[in-house]
Amino acid sequence: MEDKKSFIAARVAKELKDGDVVNLGIGLPTLVPQFLDPSISITLQSENGFVGLKAKADSEEDAPYIVNAGGAPAGVEATGAFFSSADSFTIIRGGHVDATVLGSLQVDEKGNIANWIIPGKMVPGMGGAMDLVVGAKKVIVAMEHTNKGKHKILKECTLPLTAKGQVNMIVTEMGVMDVTPEGLVLTEYNPEFTVEQIQEATEAKLIIADDLKEMAV
Amino acid sequence: MAKVKTITQKEAAGLFKDGMTIMIGGFMVNGTAERLVEAIVESGAKDLTIICNDAGFPNRGTGRLLETRQAKKLIASHVGLNKTCGEQYSAGELDLVLTPQGTLAEQIRSGGAGLGGVLTPTGIGTTVADGKQIVEVDGKEYLLEKPLKADIALIKAYQVDEAGNVRYKGSTRNFNNMMATAADIVIVEADQHVEAGAIGPDFVETPGIYVDYILEGGAN
Repeated sequence: MEDKKSFIAARVAKELKDGDVVNLGIGLPTLVPQFLDPSISITLQSENGFVGLKAKADSEEDAPYIVNAGGAPAGVEATGAFFSSADSFTIIRGGHVDATVLGSLQVDEKGNIANWIIPGKMVPGMGGAMDLVVGAKKVIVAMEHTNKGKHKILKECTLPLTAKGQVNMIVTEMGVMDVTPEGLVLTEYNPEFTVEQIQEATEAKLIIADDLKEMAV
Repeated sequence: MAKVKTITQKEAAGLFKDGMTIMIGGFMVNGTAERLVEAIVESGAKDLTIICNDAGFPNRGTGRLLETRQAKKLIASHVGLNKTCGEQYSAGELDLVLTPQGTLAEQIRSGGAGLGGVLTPTGIGTTVADGKQIVEVDGKEYLLEKPLKADIALIKAYQVDEAGNVRYKGSTRNFNNMMATAADIVIVEADQHVEAGAIGPDFVETPGIYVDYILEGGAN
C-alpha cells in the first residue's frame, strides 16, 4: 500500500518545475518532495500562512509557533515568509501557486472534483481546498485509482463538488490522465496493468492518447 | 478609542454574555488564545456564535466550547479533527456553517475594513453558492460573500506592548490579524509583555488602536 502511494507521488514529482510554488494536500501529496530530481527546487506554500514549509521544526523554541496545514509541528526555510490567512489566500486564490497536489473522493471527466464532504457520514469541511483548486495554475489529483474497487474516476461526480471544471491532471497507480474538453485522455499507463484493466477501473470513458507511454517514475 | 487596559482572566470572563458572537484566532489551536477561551468557559456564557478557522481538537481551542456546549453556532472552514463537532452537528445540536478558508478570511477582513463583502470565484458551482448572489464581472462569475463582525475577538500575540501593539511569531498570525479589526471588543493574550514602543513601528502587525484589553500574564 505504501509502495503504491510512493509510486504515485514519484510520478507527480516529475510534473513540478524548478522554482514552482506548490501547495500539497495532506496524506499522499506530502510524499512528493522526497521524489524530486535533486536539480529541482520548489517552494512549498502552507495554507495556514507561510511559504518555505519544511517537514521538521528547526528548534524546540520555534516548535510551538510553526505548524503545517494539518496542525502538526513544522519548520520554515531561511528564505521563507510568514503572513496572515488573508495574504495566504491572496497567494492561493490570486494565481500565485503554480501547482497544487491533492487527494480526492471523486473526480469526473469534466474536471469536477468532490473531496470535502460525504453527506450524513463525514463532514470535515473544505478548509482551503475550494480556494486551492480554483486558484492554483495547475491542479493535480493524486490518489488511488479506485476505492477498494469502487470507481472514483466518474462520468459525473455524485458527491457535493469542491469545484467545477478545475482539475487538470489525475495521477494514480494505474496511469496518468489529462482532463481535456473532449474528456479524460490516458497519456501514460503502468505496465503492470492493461489498458482494458484501467478502463474497467474507470467509470468515465478514457480516450487513449496516440502517443500513450509507459508510466515512468 | 480609550487607552488599553490590562485585565485578569476573571475580569475577562466578565466581558462574555449570552448570545454573543466571538471570533477566535488560530489554526488548529496554533495562534489561539487558550487562556481567553478558558475565560469564556469561566463566564458560563451560552448560546454563543463562534467564528474560528476550525473546531480545534476535542476539548482544545474552539473544541473546548463545544465540550461545554456553550457554542450554539460555529462558522469555520474545517472541523474534521474534532469528532465532537461532527457528533453535535449530526445530532442537530450545533448550527455549523462551513465556509472556504479564503472566503472566511476575506469575510472577516471586509467586516473590519468597512466593506460590503467580497466577490470570490471560490464556491461557484458548489453548495457553498446556495442562496448567495452571483455577480458577473467582465464575463466571469463571482459569489458575493458578506462581511463578518463580532462582539469580541480573542487575539493571540507573541509580544504585546503596553500600548496594545502586537507582534506575531511563525504561523500563529493566521486569522488573528483580520479578527483584531472586526470586533467591538478586542482582547489580546500574549506570550511576552513589553514596555510601550519596545516592539517598534516597523515590526508591529496589529496596531494597538484596535486593541481594548490585554490579558495579564504571559506564557508558562
